[in-house]
Amino acid sequence: MSDFSYVRTEMLGEKNPPSGETGIIHWARVNLFSSIMNAVLTILAVVFLYLFLRGILPWMFKSSWTATSLRGCMEAIALTYGEGTSGACWAVIAERYNQLLFGFYPKYLYWRPILTLILLGVAIAPVLFDKLPRKMLIFSALFPFLAFWLIWGGSIWFPVSIILGFAIGYYASALLPAIIGSLGATIAAIILPIVWWLYAAGPFAGAINGIIPIGLEGVDSDQIGGFALSILIGITGISLSLPIGILLALGRQSPLFVVKTLCVGFIEFIRGVPLITLLFVASSLLNYFMPPGTNFDLVLRVMIMVTLFASAYMAEVIRGGLAALPKGQYEAAAALGMDYWQSTRLIIMPQALKISIPNIVSNFIGLFKDTTLVSIIGLLDPMGLSTAIRANQEWNGIVWELYAFVALMFFIVCFSMSRYSMYLERKLRTEH
Amino acid sequence: MAMADRTASGPTFRLSMLIYDSRYRSVTIQVFALMLFMLAVAWLLSNAASNLAALGKPLSFGYLSQPAGYDINQRLVEYTSQSSHARAALVGILNTLLVAVLGCITATFIGVTVGVLRLSDNWVVSRLMTVYIETIRNVPVLLWIVLTMAILIESLPAPNAFRGDDATASMLLNNSVAITNRGIYIPKPLFLDGSMPIIIVFFLSIVGIYFFGRWARTRQETTGAILPIFWIKLAIFVLPSVVVFYILGQPIALEYPELKGFNFRGGFQARNSLIALWLALSIYTGAFIAECVRAGIQAISHGQTEAAFALGMRPGRTMSLIVLPQALRVIIPPMISQYLNLTKNSSLAIAVGYMDITGTLGGITLNQTGREMESLMLLMACYLSISITVSVLMNWYNESIKMRER
Amino acid sequence: MPDIAEYDDHMPEDHVPDRSKMHVTDKVAIQITNMNKWFGAFHVLKDINLTVNEGERIVVCGPSGSGKSTLIRCINRLEEHQEGTIIVDGTELSSDLKNIDKVRSEVGMLFQHFNLFPHLSVLENCTLAPIWVRKTPKKEAEEIAMHFLTKVKIPEQALKYPGQLSGGQQQRVAIARSLCMKPRVILFDEPTSALDPEMIKEVLDIMIELAEEGMTMLVVTHEMGFARQVANRVIFMDEGQIVEENEPEEFFNNPKSDRTKLFLSQILGH
Repeated sequence: MSDFSYVRTEMLGEKNPPSGETGIIHWARVNLFSSIMNAVLTILAVVFLYLFLRGILPWMFKSSWTATSLRGCMEAIALTYGEGTSGACWAVIAERYNQLLFGFYPKYLYWRPILTLILLGVAIAPVLFDKLPRKMLIFSALFPFLAFWLIWGGSIWFPVSIILGFAIGYYASALLPAIIGSLGATIAAIILPIVWWLYAAGPFAGAINGIIPIGLEGVDSDQIGGFALSILIGITGISLSLPIGILLALGRQSPLFVVKTLCVGFIEFIRGVPLITLLFVASSLLNYFMPPGTNFDLVLRVMIMVTLFASAYMAEVIRGGLAALPKGQYEAAAALGMDYWQSTRLIIMPQALKISIPNIVSNFIGLFKDTTLVSIIGLLDPMGLSTAIRANQEWNGIVWELYAFVALMFFIVCFSMSRYSMYLERKLRTEH
Repeated sequence: MAMADRTASGPTFRLSMLIYDSRYRSVTIQVFALMLFMLAVAWLLSNAASNLAALGKPLSFGYLSQPAGYDINQRLVEYTSQSSHARAALVGILNTLLVAVLGCITATFIGVTVGVLRLSDNWVVSRLMTVYIETIRNVPVLLWIVLTMAILIESLPAPNAFRGDDATASMLLNNSVAITNRGIYIPKPLFLDGSMPIIIVFFLSIVGIYFFGRWARTRQETTGAILPIFWIKLAIFVLPSVVVFYILGQPIALEYPELKGFNFRGGFQARNSLIALWLALSIYTGAFIAECVRAGIQAISHGQTEAAFALGMRPGRTMSLIVLPQALRVIIPPMISQYLNLTKNSSLAIAVGYMDITGTLGGITLNQTGREMESLMLLMACYLSISITVSVLMNWYNESIKMRER
Repeated sequence: MPDIAEYDDHMPEDHVPDRSKMHVTDKVAIQITNMNKWFGAFHVLKDINLTVNEGERIVVCGPSGSGKSTLIRCINRLEEHQEGTIIVDGTELSSDLKNIDKVRSEVGMLFQHFNLFPHLSVLENCTLAPIWVRKTPKKEAEEIAMHFLTKVKIPEQALKYPGQLSGGQQQRVAIARSLCMKPRVILFDEPTSALDPEMIKEVLDIMIELAEEGMTMLVVTHEMGFARQVANRVIFMDEGQIVEENEPEEFFNNPKSDRTKLFLSQILGH
């Protein structure tokens, strides 16, 4: 047997890799031209990119920003760049951007939607970034009512009286168990607020308003349009659909046959039909189901249907989050002596929601994009406004510039949300 | 002395047990929930009944047999403006199914290609695909549909441009295909006498492909020899029908579209609304399918390919025998959801004037007859049946390919 | 010096390795000369020189990050080396695909996480490569598979799926899968690191039997008991280079380098 015993006396240091192993040439060789197929693909891709940019960029930059009509644009461009050049007529955006952003909201009241948007950021921040203090969530809970008052105006006592209804429900569920038992308290906590909202809230608000009138100038629903309308519908939909979706998801999981069937039926029905049919229901049918004589605002009706729509999808997302929880969590909570609502509220839901946040954000992106469908039933969101602007005599014939602007706005919002969702997914993965 | 009471076998029933005893509690809650639900439904329905009665249109479906009174330009079956509303609804459903099926097929092609290219180790290609996916996914589909329609109308030549000696546009493929801003016109096959054998041969070749596959597999199991199955199947698909076609003297003719008057006549016409909707839906859904495909392939651990390579398997075989079967289990369920989304998004056809079920039943019929309740109920029932059918099929698929674990 | 007998914890009690059955021939199975490998700019394998004869059982040990897994993965081209030569059974490993295929069909590999194909049954896992790479008829491939499944003592699991088996059973299936390709050399990449002690014994049992039948084995492992009783050579690697190489008795009783001494004291302290 040959002797192969060996001991290294001195350790070797690091050497540099052979040339061609690092640097840009190496990178290009490996990533762009590593095989014939890849080289061909790279060349094709670069050629395609070049042709595309060569077509689009001159059009985008040889443009007119100051004309007041399509004809004016064409003339200005011909003057600057020569006859026959085609250029973008961004002037339509320059002239109409206020309308595209706010609809027909009175100009001197723009501070209200802008303030609402800023406060929206403040309200959402503690939800998205959990390093912020939890007390901020109180503001998040109150924000929807504040936003309603800021946008539509009217007396402040009306949103206050709605909040009182929630307060009644909360105190009923906290104080009544001692008197009439847990089940009785739950029933009361559902019925009392409903009774308050249907019969007492309006008169109460009116009465107090008579004594201490505090309010903002009222704005009609058909004055709200453009991106403000899209954001309004989207935010309302997603934030109201969260509690409803949680209840639906819990109901779907329930071992009680009746509750489970009702929830499954609702969820599958909503998810099986396109949103446009539900919007048709909002615009033509919903009034029939209300007591004769009521006449809801179209925007409010749309918000109701959009909320129901979003709740069903939210319920599915949360169901996924609940399923991802290890079964041991339910068992541990039960072993500690907690009842159903306690364990759900303190242990199960917080974890399930945390797991689901990336999917919730993705739901929101989808919902926000879906708000464009309201243009089909006549509401003036950015798509509807674009059609209206194009029908105008001065801008008749303009096509690309408007749609490019609308697309860009949606892209900015949706892309940021999807980047946030990816950031969250990364963060959640490392935490485990 | 009184005897001990032995009749009680458990606690006697008390009313509060309805709430506290776990045997009765769940029933109590369910009864309560059911009552609440029925009350709410009753309230809604009574409101609806009184409102409808006040407007003079109680619930009835009789209006469906009335003549529709409007034209539908893109249709798969016979229809005139004298046909009934029910017939119009049928045309609408067929149109919906047409654009949904076409859209799903092309969306799958686009999605799989983009998804696989996205994973390519070619940096330029992979980044380009990412740009495509992100741009498409973050803009609403309605915008894409409207934009595609605008592109088709603005950039394509009008039929008039094909006319005359100084025509600015010409037909493709030896004067057989015309792409205009009103639609695409392609030749329509006319099945003349004696063309039946070709159809029979075509179906026989499909059967033949199946049997060939079985024979080749048996041969591999007994002798181990491997044949180039894909190319042979392709040959069986194409060659026999083509050969018989020529032997019989080409009994299938083509009716070519020709410019007559202001428009083309003859051949198949696919209107620009169908083309725009189909293209936009495919490109949009394709981006989502690409992400499904990418996630599915990435879900397969790298160790699987390493183990296959270590056994001497080539990359192509590894992909088809090891990676794809596992990846498909992860890819297919979300992809079916995307197909459903595409079908639901096809309801936006109104935006471009394509008469799908939402446009006929939920659009013109609804507006003309004023029968909102009945029309919308039928409309939603149509979409629900499609969704539920696809869901059931998908559940069946998931159950059948489930991987067996402890 | 720490008590070497403590290394033998995971060795099967009823199967003492019989060294008289393990023979080393003069034929060279693997020849690695002046091999260097970089991951980008990181120099991961430095100046590796190694000759492996047929019948040798070599254990490669060392701290994590020392490059031992990378070294054996270079032998079947799961990793590429940038400098030096690797010759396996007369075929030099280069970017020539035919050579790579030839080497891979002669060299088997076992992974720490088994890497069985979960969508195929145990039998199908074993017959896959013979059918598609060696073009063996199905019946013959199944007979070969059952032969080796019996050898690894789990023939009754043939129709089960990997998800239904324990870790030790899965690794044994992986061994059978490699054996079905009749390799000349088997590489083991920490085959027992993901297993419980009871299952480690089942797998080591099979590995001892392979050694007694004359298989050439290159094993990266922390199982020093296996090294002491079965290996004919132990290699210690650190920082990408071979630091010490010797027969097991000498290696464990008289480690020469300080690094080796440090490593051995840490291993025993486990």
